[in-house]
Amino acid sequence: MTYIEAISRGMWEEMERDPAVFLLGEDIGAYGGAFKATKGFLEHFGEERVLDTTLSEAAIIGAATGAAMIGLRPIAEMQFADFVTCGFNQLVTNTAKTYYRWRVPVPMVVRLPTGAYIHGGPYHSSSTEAWFFHVPGLKIVAPSTPHDAKGLLKAAVRDNNPVLFLEYKSLYRRAKGEVPDEDYVVPIGKGDVKRGGDDIVIFTYGATVQLSVDAAEKLSREDGVETMVVDLRSLLPLDKDLILSSVRSTGKVLIVHEDTLTGGIGAELAALISEHAFESLDAPIRRVASPDAPVPFAPTLEEYYLPDSEKILKALRELSSF
Amino acid sequence: MIASSQQRAATVSHPALSNQDRLEMYYYLKLTRECDNAILRLYKQGKLVGGAYTGYGNEATAVGSAYALEERDYLLPMHRDLGAHLVKGQSLRNTFLQQLARGESLTRGRDGTGHYADPALRIYGNVSHLAAMIPIAVGIALAARMKKQEAVVMNYIGDGGCNVGDFHEGLNMAAVMKLPLILIIENNQFAYSTPTSKQYACQKLSDRASGYGIPGVTIDGTDVVRVYETCRKAVDRARAGDGPTLIETISMRMHGHSAADDASYVPKGMVDEWKKKDPIDRFERVLFGDRILTEQSKRQIEEKIEGEITGAVEYALEASYPPGAEAVEGVYAP
Repeated sequence: MTYIEAISRGMWEEMERDPAVFLLGEDIGAYGGAFKATKGFLEHFGEERVLDTTLSEAAIIGAATGAAMIGLRPIAEMQFADFVTCGFNQLVTNTAKTYYRWRVPVPMVVRLPTGAYIHGGPYHSSSTEAWFFHVPGLKIVAPSTPHDAKGLLKAAVRDNNPVLFLEYKSLYRRAKGEVPDEDYVVPIGKGDVKRGGDDIVIFTYGATVQLSVDAAEKLSREDGVETMVVDLRSLLPLDKDLILSSVRSTGKVLIVHEDTLTGGIGAELAALISEHAFESLDAPIRRVASPDAPVPFAPTLEEYYLPDSEKILKALRELSSF
Repeated sequence: MIASSQQRAATVSHPALSNQDRLEMYYYLKLTRECDNAILRLYKQGKLVGGAYTGYGNEATAVGSAYALEERDYLLPMHRDLGAHLVKGQSLRNTFLQQLARGESLTRGRDGTGHYADPALRIYGNVSHLAAMIPIAVGIALAARMKKQEAVVMNYIGDGGCNVGDFHEGLNMAAVMKLPLILIIENNQFAYSTPTSKQYACQKLSDRASGYGIPGVTIDGTDVVRVYETCRKAVDRARAGDGPTLIETISMRMHGHSAADDASYVPKGMVDEWKKKDPIDRFERVLFGDRILTEQSKRQIEEKIEGEITGAVEYALEASYPPGAEAVEGVYAP
């Protein structure tokens, strides 16, 4: 099953399971969504639960928040993660703070088709997680496989808090894998070790997980150095236990993300590791991320800009030489 | 006999107001004004936490509009709509606990002024980004319809707040989806210090309704009966499934933006002119004229209000602040 099919499957099963779950977004009904994640949903679940909305991200997120406040469980789709900027105020002002102030839960999911590697240019390639990583009250998940996409989607729908669901456009049809038919959830807040290793650990998530595994395999083959690869899966909250224990068992840390470097998730990871596992470090913490520039359009520019397994391999070798 | 705000659960079911209803409205107008006076006293005594934002001049809009709601309906009021909270059933005790940021307030001291919610009463207060509540109101209206509650949602915005993008997005979405929403623009002449001439270029703010394909009306916001009747019509329309209504109420913010604002930017004489239309005085004159109110019954109402407020303020002052360590609890729902 592909990554996007797994997301669709997860939504479908949750809608079958719980009548409080409904969808809203732009072009998601009759058209089935810009990426066809909701194809066939309107026919099966009807207009009441599959709502084609006006082109209004603030109203979509605000309406989802209001509906969640009185007990429904909306899944709102942003057509591209980039457009969540138009709903930013709703997310940080209402969605994230309502439970703290009023003890009124806001169980909702915002699906964010995220990231680059698709020649989308500055407005269809954004990674938006760092903006929301700083907002108490939100949760953020970023699956890298079809299995985790379905399991995390279902966990997000069942969570009593607002969850931003980062889904990687570059993985939609490229990532394929086994997805169990039965009902399962991937718990929010738990990372996953994709590859074992004692020499170095990579912390990554989303589209750069597979690139990191590829680089680790190559390093093993060519240099005999074994790299552990940890897929964070959940950014808010982070799996701090797994992160710190992996640092302690390896001593060298590489952080890889597609989002830009400054103030990214990697910065918090580096601070966390320095505060709690400094004595285990044998080398400076390294980061591979996109440079501090908007995501460019031309293939040459985008290729230069984005992390790839060669850049990751180079950083691993530098760490290995310490 | 007039029900106390604690007892009343906003269950008006008759569009035509009885004498009893009118007396009750008078009670709520006076109660709102006296709560504001008490809040200002607490502010001057240094006992209030944060600023004091009164609804002076807005009482008829707050009370008259909420009076058109039923128990099943949702209320999303603003910071100058204390009267609406009270009519919908909010207690004076909760009102003052909230103003004084006490631990047993509805927000447990986590947020101030009108920023409190009471889901049991279907009241959801405001955030400081006032217009941000319009899409929330849209979502509640949508969910209420999906849940077949036959409830309507009443939300408020100001002559300043209605220029924020959320106003457009929310009202347009509600219109397209034909949601049971009543949006009231409380046009009180000033958004903080900015006069209406610098806020919008249309003649009436209700003119905007035609751009959304919904009814819009501008009324005197100091006439409590007019406000009630207009809102009642909009509520009936929304409940029948005919969609939202935009209502602009014209009044005057008789105080500064907050108690810290001397409102020196308000042209000389403007407040005096508006004082002639004080919502409480003018309704009182009507009630006296119709012999519904007498000097004796007026005094009884005033004494009742004074007793209720004194009791609530004393209780709230005795209550303690939340323990500091609670600041980090309950960021996430279990």
